[in-house]
Amino acid sequence: MGGSGQPRSAASPRPPSDVARIELNSLAHSYAPKVQRPGDYALRPMNLTWQDGGAYALLGPSGCGKTTLLNIISGLIKPSEGQVLFDGADVTALAPEARNIAQVFQFPVIYDTMSVFDNLAFPLRNRGVRGSEIKKRVQQVAELLDLTPDLKYRASGLSADAKQKVSLGRGLVRSDVAAILFDEPLTVIDPHLKWILRSKLKQIHQEFKLTLIYVTHDQVEALTFADQVVVMVDGSVVQMGTPQALFEDPAHTFVGYFIGSPGMNLLPCRLAGSAAYVGDHPVPLGAETLARAQQAVTPESRVVLGIRPEFLGCSAEENTQSGGVAADITAVEDLGNFKIATATLGGTSVKAKLSEDALLTPGRGWLRFPPERTKLYIDDRAV
Amino acid sequence: MKTTNHRAWLLVLPVVISVAFSAILPLITVINYSVQDIFGPFQRVFVGGEWFRDTLRDSELRGAFFRNLLFSAEVLLLEIPLGVAVALALPAKGWRASLSLVLVALPLLIPWNVVGTIWQIFGRADIGLGGFFLNNTLGLNYNYTNDPFDAWMTVLVMDIWHWTPLVVLLCYAGLRAIPEAYYQAARIDAAKPWAIFRYIQLPRLRGVLLIALLLRFMDSFLIYTEPFVVTGGGPGNATTFLSIYLSKLAVGQFDLGPAAAFSLIYFLIIQIFCFIFYTMILNLGKGPAR
Repeated sequence: MGGSGQPRSAASPRPPSDVARIELNSLAHSYAPKVQRPGDYALRPMNLTWQDGGAYALLGPSGCGKTTLLNIISGLIKPSEGQVLFDGADVTALAPEARNIAQVFQFPVIYDTMSVFDNLAFPLRNRGVRGSEIKKRVQQVAELLDLTPDLKYRASGLSADAKQKVSLGRGLVRSDVAAILFDEPLTVIDPHLKWILRSKLKQIHQEFKLTLIYVTHDQVEALTFADQVVVMVDGSVVQMGTPQALFEDPAHTFVGYFIGSPGMNLLPCRLAGSAAYVGDHPVPLGAETLARAQQAVTPESRVVLGIRPEFLGCSAEENTQSGGVAADITAVEDLGNFKIATATLGGTSVKAKLSEDALLTPGRGWLRFPPERTKLYIDDRAV
Repeated sequence: MKTTNHRAWLLVLPVVISVAFSAILPLITVINYSVQDIFGPFQRVFVGGEWFRDTLRDSELRGAFFRNLLFSAEVLLLEIPLGVAVALALPAKGWRASLSLVLVALPLLIPWNVVGTIWQIFGRADIGLGGFFLNNTLGLNYNYTNDPFDAWMTVLVMDIWHWTPLVVLLCYAGLRAIPEAYYQAARIDAAKPWAIFRYIQLPRLRGVLLIALLLRFMDSFLIYTEPFVVTGGGPGNATTFLSIYLSKLAVGQFDLGPAAAFSLIYFLIIQIFCFIFYTMILNLGKGPAR
């Protein structure tokens, strides 16, 4: 059970036998009937495994295919290629109601004319659950979501966040649900309630060990919610990893740029000898990085050097040891508990995040690229 | 301190003037007529509430009123469910959707008296396709000029043919406005088609159905041209609706006083019914709110 070994709480609506490891097997989807070029794919071919009980965030810009992927997992869309496996069983052809999955949508979906109780009971009634059982489950879930006082009222009178809790509750009441998918569920929620609702989700995740997949385009939301973040761009998954891995080891230039504030510095460069040249400034690389880069590089490939502003050193004095690079510091902003220095190197602007007591003024300065933190990207992929 | 700016009245003035000429002044004229006995342009006698008392006692008029009520009830009971059903059956997108919408809307584009003429000919046993089919192929004894029941059915079917498309269009627009997420959530909740209709589609059609109901009630309660062209109110009084009786009174016999009193009562009846429908539907299907 998610590897936790904890006994489930008494309120758990899910018997412990239900596990759901979700595997996507060379899955791809195109809305066009015939795929001629890779650009026709809404989702490019991918293999991905979502472990049971994990809290995943699916992060990417609007239109990158996040919702399509989510709808394929829930069965609302049938993929044009590949398979969806739940615990090794092929469910690609199964309808959403036959899968042990619930989904919460961007805009709260409630059944207006029903009371909150009837809303929560609806998925159970449709599945022919006994009346006494329905009552018990609905009360448990209402308790958990703080909806008990609202049970007898009409659902259409609720606030947006309560409505969203009702739609989440319709997933939680089902004893068969092993995974809940969220499609940007907090879009219409007030900022201060977002935080409360997100904590509620975390609590539910810890209590029930359900697999949660949470689609968002907000990196803060993704990084605070998830154990594992899946970053998508242009219909393909570019990296799946812990928030820390995404920060320290971006596998793709997009991940570097999209995650972090400010994002990763990306400097076009060329390889020569044991260094990468940004303009005519040599930047030393780690031996391993260099060896792999030299293997992968071809004359046509686009080589980009990436370093997080947090790791880029910047000082006014010349740094003689381990390759200081001279640069023009154009601005130093004091943001309270840290400073951001902007410098120009080989025609590209780079940012460095410095401590609040760093003494630095615009003018001539030196940048230091720690080799272990300096990444190299060939055609947008990390070497 | 609230500041008042009376110049705002100037901006409302155009509307006030146009409403005055289109509704208020004619209404006042009617009220004026309703309390007088008019013999000629310059000969009139004030009679007070006499015409109102007469109108309420008029048995022919009462007959027309109940006939009209029955007709409107039948029209609503048939056209609304039929309209919803057709709207549900129409394709949602693509060229098929456009084509079917145009086809469905065709009857709405035909002028009232032409609709009457079409059905008058269509129902004739000798040269009309419908009448010939009923009489010769099905062997029924159908004749709308003789048989009160046949005349009634002809007018009813004609109205359904003419006006169900309006209900269809309104419902179709209402259905298309339901976000896809509702259907997706319903699928995940394992809702059966009937439950989807009952709990998603029908509640979300409430607004358009209210409009459809009001429009169809008013139109059918005021129906004039089509039955006038097809049956002329006959045979006997079988299809004499309120408006047909009223025009007989006002135009045929030039009884302006009684006709005016009658108009005012007619107007009130429609207002009351519309108000009842409106309040009923707005409160339909609502449990206790917070």
